[in-house]
Amino acid sequence: MCGICGCSQPGKINNRLQPVNGRVHQHDHDHGHQHHDYETERLVKVEQDLLSKNNTYAEQNRTYFQQHNIFTLNLVSSPGAGKTTLLVETIKVLKDRFPIAVIEGDQQTEHDADRIRATGVPALQINTGRACHLDAHGIGHAMMELGIKANSLLAIENVGNLVCPSSFDLGEAHKVVVLSVTEGDDKPLKYPDMFRAADLMLINKTDLLPYVDFDVERCINYARQVNPDIQIIQLSSTKGDNFSVWTDWLAGHIGSEVGKATKSPLPSGEG
Amino acid sequence: MHLPEGCKAGVAMHELSLLENVREILENHAVSQKFSKVTKVTLEIGKLSSVEPDALRFGFDVVMKDSLAENAELIISDIAGLGVCQQCSLQVEMETSHDPCSHCGSPFVKVIQGADMRIKDLIVI
Repeated sequence: MCGICGCSQPGKINNRLQPVNGRVHQHDHDHGHQHHDYETERLVKVEQDLLSKNNTYAEQNRTYFQQHNIFTLNLVSSPGAGKTTLLVETIKVLKDRFPIAVIEGDQQTEHDADRIRATGVPALQINTGRACHLDAHGIGHAMMELGIKANSLLAIENVGNLVCPSSFDLGEAHKVVVLSVTEGDDKPLKYPDMFRAADLMLINKTDLLPYVDFDVERCINYARQVNPDIQIIQLSSTKGDNFSVWTDWLAGHIGSEVGKATKSPLPSGEG
Repeated sequence: MHLPEGCKAGVAMHELSLLENVREILENHAVSQKFSKVTKVTLEIGKLSSVEPDALRFGFDVVMKDSLAENAELIISDIAGLGVCQQCSLQVEMETSHDPCSHCGSPFVKVIQGADMRIKDLIVI
């Protein structure tokens, strides 16, 4: 039906029409409505999330991960918190037990993917160029190119940035935020969106605690303030302190039915 | 890997990515709702969302240029922040996502509203 004049039957002349904006609308209606230029404004309800496109891709990814039993983590942090070293050490512990693949996100260079490949595990580098985050669409392309094995671990190392990646679901089971003790212990308050989006916080480089002014308890309180449900593991990737809490938790989920869940149980306590 | 042409966000702020999503949503609605021009876009942005309204305003004209929403007016309305205190269980208003409970002072308040952002409606021709 024509939205302007109300006629409902194509091909008939509508004699009920009154002039609109000085024009009389009397003609057949078998021609489409491309030329309606009466400037009649109307309201269109949308009520759609701004992230709906990304979220649709993320759900497709999540479905794929669940169908193939791929336990997927999205690692986020500021630059230099130690995500790549954490991954390299994690791979060394777990690679003989499970298939592992890594997607690396950086603005430029293949450096991180090269470090992962040196461990013998497949890695794909996404260079985001000017973009400040990975999105679910890019991950969909990357996972097809990587050809990830079933019953495996997929680690996605996001662009080092504590702001933008918080909004973009990639289809992961968990966002894991890495915070190193060489940063400020108030990062959870300064970047609350990321700490609210994450399920697990790894406090990394704990071997350096004697040399830095980082209050672990205060950091944990700040993190709980923005996200009462966040779980926390304190560890050192390079020295191995408490590292097995993290790798045991991963091992308990990779390839298991629990790992298929969108939100699988997290480690208890603060290791 | 370099993403295929047309797959890349190609922007420097996530607000611009979000605005590109807005443009796509408008283009999809233009087909389904049969309109050819958008004169006003109303967004609802949660006070506790990770989006900066000023950055949206800054990027809006740039992203909408040469689209059916070129020169459209942008209205941004707030969605208030609300949380539930994990100690006293009362519902409280929140200005930031780390506001303590205004009743009992507990720092542990879970956000229940105000983290979202959506296109509310459009005025179209």
